Amino acid sequence: MSAEFLTQEITFHPEHDETTKPIWRTFWILSLLTGIELTIGLIIYNIHKGDHPNTSLVLAFKGMVCILTLAKAYYIVAVFMHLGSELRNMIMTIVVPLGLFVWFIIAFLWDGNSWKNLRNEYNGMPPSQQLEKPAQKAPAAIEKGAKD
Amino acid sequence: MSTIAVQQGTKWWSGGRSPFNANYGKVMMWYFLMSDAFTFGAFLISYGTIRFSVNHWVDPNHVFNSFPFAGHTNLPLAFVSLMTFILIASSVTMVLAVHEGHKMNRAGVEKYMLMTIIGGIAFLSCQAWEWTHMLTGQHPVLVDGVVEYWNTTVAHNPFGPEVAYTGTDPLFIGKEIATPGPIAFGSYFFEITGFHGFHVFSGVIINIVMYLKTKMKHFELRGHYEMIEKAGLYWHFVDLVWVFVFLCFYLI
Repeated sequence: MSAEFLTQEITFHPEHDETTKPIWRTFWILSLLTGIELTIGLIIYNIHKGDHPNTSLVLAFKGMVCILTLAKAYYIVAVFMHLGSELRNMIMTIVVPLGLFVWFIIAFLWDGNSWKNLRNEYNGMPPSQQLEKPAQKAPAAIEKGAKD
Repeated sequence: MSTIAVQQGTKWWSGGRSPFNANYGKVMMWYFLMSDAFTFGAFLISYGTIRFSVNHWVDPNHVFNSFPFAGHTNLPLAFVSLMTFILIASSVTMVLAVHEGHKMNRAGVEKYMLMTIIGGIAFLSCQAWEWTHMLTGQHPVLVDGVVEYWNTTVAHNPFGPEVAYTGTDPLFIGKEIATPGPIAFGSYFFEITGFHGFHVFSGVIINIVMYLKTKMKHFELRGHYEMIEKAGLYWHFVDLVWVFVFLCFYLI
């Protein structure tokens, strides 16, 4: 690195790796994680093909894929985007606001789920206009779901 | 993490230097990407909310099961894995370009930038094929007791729950047939992959500009290749978003 690059803003240079070893290592990690994700995807596909898919098993596999995705995101950001070698101050100004996603995801998925429950319960009508509960809840619910 | 030891005792916040030890452009690129992450996050979470709110959703393995030149062979996840690997590979060539930039090796930067651009174009081509396939692929769907053939658009999709066919069409007697699927599926799919595809497209344009500037020795004269680093941040972000799009639309 040339000396002219040192400015008022850059007071020292982070040590850059001399070799490309960490890059290739990350590439293999990402490929491996993607491979595992695809395997799980195919497992889910085969569970779905059965007559009575085990929903909690499918949910467990989906949770595993989500965790693997977060691991991939970590490797891309930390190694490929070099955020891991920035100053801690800067890392925090980027990572801490992203914590909002925790609330964001929980709140909105919860809302979606509650929406579904209300619709199934009241068959699309507000409780005040609800004269009697529909006799057959399930087929009506599926039809309703398909329309939305 | 060895860098942390270097600045022990440095007064980062007393003025005269960047407390982040980074140029304005790079810091702002990070903040732009953070806000862009919220945009994509909002899209994906809104998709999740709608998906949670209905009783039936589209099975991705049923929708995305084709491969170019493979006819009607059932190949779930195959094409999207190809797209994912193309993007990971182009991310690697991008980070190698940044690495060559640190070493002030102009030929190396040019070589890897060119490979990254090719990777980006390959990904866009794959996406164009997938969109065409979605928009033109016709599937039988039972609408008010009549069999119709539907493609997937923002207005409808033929991937709803399957019911037993009770009509008179000899093609479908004794078989299960799909009913209209949730409308939101097509709109979210085209909106989110389209917005991501637009990011890839602009990333390819930025990379082409960077490649030409490298070739014209702009960065060599400037004495550093930080612009390649900034373009690289954007390009890696595109890869990062794809990781989540891949998860939300194809895997779960």
